[in-house]
Amino acid sequence: MSTTTESIRQSFLRSALREGRDFLVSMKLTLVLLGFSMVLVFAATLDQVNLGIWAVQEKYFRSFVVYTQVGSLVLPVFPGGYAVGGLLFLNLIAAHLYRFAFTLRKAGLQLVHFGLIVLLVGELLSGLWQRDAHLRLTEGETKSYAQSFRDHELVLIDTTDAAFDDVIAIPEAVLASKRSIQHPKLPFRIQPKSYFPNASLIARTASTAAAGAEKIANGVGERLTVVPRAYTHRPDEQNEPAAIVELTGAEGSLGTWLVSTEIPMAQEFQHEGRTWRLTLRTHRTYLPVSLTLLKFSHDRYAGTDIPKNFSSRLRLVTPDGHEDREVLIYMNNPLRYAGRTFYQAGFQNDDRTTILQVVRNPSWTLPYIACTLMTLGLLLQFGLHLLGFIGKRRAAAGTPAVPAGARATPVTGPATP
Amino acid sequence: MKCKFSLVVTLIAVAAVVFTLRPPRNTGEYDVVGFGRWPTLVNGRLKPLDTVARTSLLMMQGRQRVVTAEARTLAPAEWLLDVFYRPELADTYPVFEIVNPDLLGLLNLATTDGAGGKRFSVRQMLPKLAELERQTKLADGVESAVRTPFQRAAVQLSNALVLYQQLQDSINAPGRNDFFAQLERLEPLLPTLVQGQAAKVGDGVADPKLVLVLAAIFATMENHASLRPIPPAAGTVAQDWMGVGAAWTAALGKGQVAPAAKGYAALGQAWRNRQPEKFNQVVRVQLDDLGRTQPAVMTRSLIEARFNSSEPFYSAAVIYVLGFLLGVVSWLKWPEVLGRTAFRLLLVAFALSTLGIATRMWLESRPPVTNLYSSALFVGWAGVGLCVVLERLHRNGVGSVAGGAIGFATLVIAHHLALGGDTLEMMRAVLDSNFWLATHVVTITIGYSATFLAGFLALIYVLRGTLTGSLNQASATSLTRMIYGVVCFATLTSFVGTILGGIWADQSWGRFWGWDPKENGALLIVIWNAILLHARWGGFVQARGLAVLAICGNIVTAWSWFGVNMLGVGLHSYGFMDAAFWGLVGFVASQLAIVALAAIPLERWRSFRRPAAA
Repeated sequence: MSTTTESIRQSFLRSALREGRDFLVSMKLTLVLLGFSMVLVFAATLDQVNLGIWAVQEKYFRSFVVYTQVGSLVLPVFPGGYAVGGLLFLNLIAAHLYRFAFTLRKAGLQLVHFGLIVLLVGELLSGLWQRDAHLRLTEGETKSYAQSFRDHELVLIDTTDAAFDDVIAIPEAVLASKRSIQHPKLPFRIQPKSYFPNASLIARTASTAAAGAEKIANGVGERLTVVPRAYTHRPDEQNEPAAIVELTGAEGSLGTWLVSTEIPMAQEFQHEGRTWRLTLRTHRTYLPVSLTLLKFSHDRYAGTDIPKNFSSRLRLVTPDGHEDREVLIYMNNPLRYAGRTFYQAGFQNDDRTTILQVVRNPSWTLPYIACTLMTLGLLLQFGLHLLGFIGKRRAAAGTPAVPAGARATPVTGPATP
Repeated sequence: MKCKFSLVVTLIAVAAVVFTLRPPRNTGEYDVVGFGRWPTLVNGRLKPLDTVARTSLLMMQGRQRVVTAEARTLAPAEWLLDVFYRPELADTYPVFEIVNPDLLGLLNLATTDGAGGKRFSVRQMLPKLAELERQTKLADGVESAVRTPFQRAAVQLSNALVLYQQLQDSINAPGRNDFFAQLERLEPLLPTLVQGQAAKVGDGVADPKLVLVLAAIFATMENHASLRPIPPAAGTVAQDWMGVGAAWTAALGKGQVAPAAKGYAALGQAWRNRQPEKFNQVVRVQLDDLGRTQPAVMTRSLIEARFNSSEPFYSAAVIYVLGFLLGVVSWLKWPEVLGRTAFRLLLVAFALSTLGIATRMWLESRPPVTNLYSSALFVGWAGVGLCVVLERLHRNGVGSVAGGAIGFATLVIAHHLALGGDTLEMMRAVLDSNFWLATHVVTITIGYSATFLAGFLALIYVLRGTLTGSLNQASATSLTRMIYGVVCFATLTSFVGTILGGIWADQSWGRFWGWDPKENGALLIVIWNAILLHARWGGFVQARGLAVLAICGNIVTAWSWFGVNMLGVGLHSYGFMDAAFWGLVGFVASQLAIVALAAIPLERWRSFRRPAAA
């Protein structure tokens, strides 16, 4: 009795597995996934008008499910890039393993599909690993860090020692979670009391105070009030986050501070004989090199405002002093240094400030490998076709020619529309 | 007899083409053609005044011809002469197109006041210009994407007026009728100005008031001018060309005026006083001088003026239509002779387009595709090229019909894109790379062509099959094979083009792929073609299904080509345009209608109603 149920179960399992396998290797699945990817890409393109390119990538491509907000409900509406791409990846691999048979005739298409797999993996990895930041330099200015476009950090700097600064950076996400922050290097606890992803600051007056605005005890915040604004995705606008934090030492509260990217200077305070500075700023990534802008040029065509070229002449110095040279970055000619690409992305300030984009993508070689594989595959495929075609023509040349003026007729095989 | 017909038609077409290519001739006693060849620097490019006149007119009124209120027809260069030298006349020419009813209302104009119901003169708008300026200022504060049709029309009209005014101010002093006579009086005084420099102002100068008045005028002209028609005394750097105002200002300091600036003044006197001999002499002397000092510029200028007057793409469009019509008729009557004639006409038009594109490439020293306009030319050219190959292989008129339709359609699109201004404009910084323009851009554009061609062949399949009885078994099979072959080619080229684009992006921006709208558009074409091929290989679609998918390919390609530019976002949005939005919608609707037509059960298609010839 148990053997029969066992065998029934086994046969059921086997058929389920077979069905699963047939599903996974089927071309129907390929087509459906390709269709899905078209819808996804199309929707993501349209949505860029509202969300801007970064948010779109997160929402559509770097996700398993695309959610949309209907009223106050957040509903899953479509499989995201990870789901579609991942399934396509599995489908490709499964189909090729299942049907794999090496023949020269098939080798071309197999190479193409293998290249496609590498391309998909490459896109996944660059999605995970690629980091973009910008470097803004005014003529004569030197920097050894790049700044994020969108991420911010709360920074506490111990400036007591004149020789060096001790910097503790706390990511914006931690502020947003409003969890209490304790750091081994800090002699006090940070308690975020309020957090605003985007806000402007206005002067504190009797009327704003009457409206119930939070009172801030220390620093410039004493004279200011926070006015929250809607979070923006627009590429030409910047979010200006703000937060009110309370610092608590061993003897109790040190007071509250207002921090915001709109406050340009760090706020200084003393605690237990040490001098601290507190600021909210865009997230910094330090570079293994310092760059000085010598000259930014914005060439226009004679008598017009049509840009002909943008270029930045920079001085590149490494901390070890082994490298000290001038570099020129211009359109279509970025600087590649230490695994990073610095390209000319913009300018400001009456053509005296350059904006370089700094991209780090450790998987940058994968697309090239993929392209090489696919190109070889296509060459093989079409080369074989061409050889076959020439062979056929040669063979045909031996047989009597088709009568001149003959209208098109099917060449070979049964004519089925 | 039948053989002769094809030959005769082809010869007539060739003769007509040769006729358009011959050098233009003057219609009156003034050497207006010679004047049109004078080069000038505008928008960073040296080009003949003929081009300036034509592009300005296209931007202002959508056509190059000017018809005055007295029904006199002016050549573009002749109109430009009046703009420069007889503004009081030019102001009465109806060359501003206004169609927006609200804008007409604002200007107190009715359609009945305008030439052709839509063209108006500066004179007619004069009483309301201040109000127009106010409206334009209001609209300026609004982002162009969200302007109302009225605001758009107001901004467009005031841009046209600015363009017109800048042309005038480039050569003539605003609001003065005696300017050229004054220049004639100033010229002999110039040396005395330099001698008198040490002494106090006015010393030793016969007419100090004249000098002061003119110096102020020159400064104003320089501020308002769009043209820089005065070549440097030596050297070939485009940057060194000067405006007329600047040339005269320099003359005040040097005591001597540039000969070209003197030429413009003398020409103005001759044109105003109606002295053809003097006019022609000034034109000739200036051309000779430039030929000596700026030979390279003059060669280009001559070729470009000739290219303008022969309008090769216009002739090609006409011949494409003829080829298309003959091809369609050949399926119903006299397939042999009409089919051959259609193919020959297609070849003539193709050769003419090739010549036109090659001339543009030479003028620009660039690969064929540099902006939306040239992409339309090239999509058509490559599509027709593929059709020529198809027709050679299959000889059943399909290549001719598809080629004629694609050639004509893309040239019409190109014509509309030309209304935006100079089509040989300078390249914006990001695109300034001949290597990538020649590889990535050309390949991807061929991908567009091939995808469109597959779609057109599919249109032929569906329309011929449903509406006529002419799609027999053999034609149906060969059409399906053509569609399949072209889709294979389209997949290859759009894929390679997209990959090359990725490599360019990695080389320039440090990332291979950024999900930018234009990149996504190219990706959509690749995926769509991959869907077609897999659907065919998996046996999910037969002939009709393939045709339907290929027609949808037209929509995908049109979207990638134009749709993404309408979004106005992304790194690639250098070709922004919103005017064509409704055109795109109409095209998509027409393709969907034909897809619906294809959904009629096969046995009810006219071609398949009776059993195929057994």
